[in-house]
Amino acid sequence: MVELSHDSRPIIGRGPPLTAYFLTLAAASIALMVADQRYHQIDRIRESLSTVIYPVQRAVDLPFRATDWVTGSFADRGRLRQENLELTARVRLANLQLQRFAVLEEENRRLREMRANTAGIADKVLVASILNVDLDPFRHRVLLDKGAADGVFRGQAVLDGDGIFGQVSKVSARTAEVILISDAEHAIPVQSNRSGVRTIAVGTGDENKLSLPFVTVESDLQEGDLLLSTGMGGVFPPGYPVAQVSRVKRAGSTFALVEARPTARLDQAREVLLAWFKPPVFEDEATDPDAAPDTVPPATTADPAPQAPAPAGGE
Amino acid sequence: MLARRLLYWLSMAAGLVLAIVPLPAWLDPARPDLALLAMIYFVLTSPRIAGLGYAWLSGLFLDVLRGMVLGQHALGFLVVGYLTHRLQLRMRMFPLLQQAVIVMLLLGLYHFLMFWIDGLTGHGYAGWVRWLPVLSGALLWPVVVALGDSLTRRSS
Repeated sequence: MVELSHDSRPIIGRGPPLTAYFLTLAAASIALMVADQRYHQIDRIRESLSTVIYPVQRAVDLPFRATDWVTGSFADRGRLRQENLELTARVRLANLQLQRFAVLEEENRRLREMRANTAGIADKVLVASILNVDLDPFRHRVLLDKGAADGVFRGQAVLDGDGIFGQVSKVSARTAEVILISDAEHAIPVQSNRSGVRTIAVGTGDENKLSLPFVTVESDLQEGDLLLSTGMGGVFPPGYPVAQVSRVKRAGSTFALVEARPTARLDQAREVLLAWFKPPVFEDEATDPDAAPDTVPPATTADPAPQAPAPAGGE
Repeated sequence: MLARRLLYWLSMAAGLVLAIVPLPAWLDPARPDLALLAMIYFVLTSPRIAGLGYAWLSGLFLDVLRGMVLGQHALGFLVVGYLTHRLQLRMRMFPLLQQAVIVMLLLGLYHFLMFWIDGLTGHGYAGWVRWLPVLSGALLWPVVVALGDSLTRRSS
């Protein structure tokens, strides 16, 4: 029997030997990984590849969207009427509340103006749908149908109707990847609505749970406390609900075990809001324009995420 | 020949689509790497056309598609493609069951590599669920072979 070579490509014009080719490509992949991880310099390559891949994502999303549309357009009349009545009632109620809110907002704005600080209020929002695409089962990321072409930028805050949803971690021309607040690599500075205690809420990889690892046993946090975003770090607008404390256990000697449940519907949302706002200027810094806006006390803890506008881990 | 080439790129696209199509949450972790299986199949059956470049590119597209560190899946696909290329003469002789075992080993290596790179880039998730695709992929190998055989017979 004739001894066959492993390399069964054509003898003429076979290009570099297989192993050399393998080593070259392997070196290329490793170089890509290092460049992507350390230097963020190949976002341009990723962006152009994303453009090639965009039709695939749209193709996956399309059947789900079509089903939604079909079920929506063939919904029976009775149910639509019922829904319409309910919505009208809710709008009336919301309008009523809004009237009171308008007065409060005006008052708030005047007070803020007196302090020369109107920043921190989300002044422009854009509705984006979540594409029906599964990314990694072990990371909490979703893909939105808005991208750099719509003005979306890396580190932008993403909200849903019930609270803070996450932040944009990667942007391509037509899509944007969002890291949810429940992702194990995400952390967000928060403040208790009741007691004003400031801390950091870290994702756990469980959509219904955030962990608050830097709460001492003495701090005033109770079950049921609403945690709001502080706006520190300049990623999220301040004052939006993030989570509700679901469990407090004061067992250890220094740190209490505190868990919270995100208020945003992380696993159910179909549409989210991309927010634009002026990053807040903090009181003590407002008097000193040279102060770096990123140096805030809680952010100097071990976790780098809250102070960086981009998610931790150097995506 | 051209039809063949078209078939390779089309099946790569199909594999990539199946890599991100939404699955119910309980099934999602066990999602088989169909793009990888298709690549192994083509490297086995027609190594002169589907080579390392093909393997590497599918991996790279998968990286972009799933938002991973660029090059992670590309390296995994490349290593599996290279080993398959080295083993192809033997593997083609094996009965299907034995082939499935080798494929399982290749998938195991691939997922170990992914796990390792995830750890290096700080995304480590170490649960046993992570290794389910190795099993589901090996179980699906006979299906991939049957499907591939019927497709290539028609196109050639």
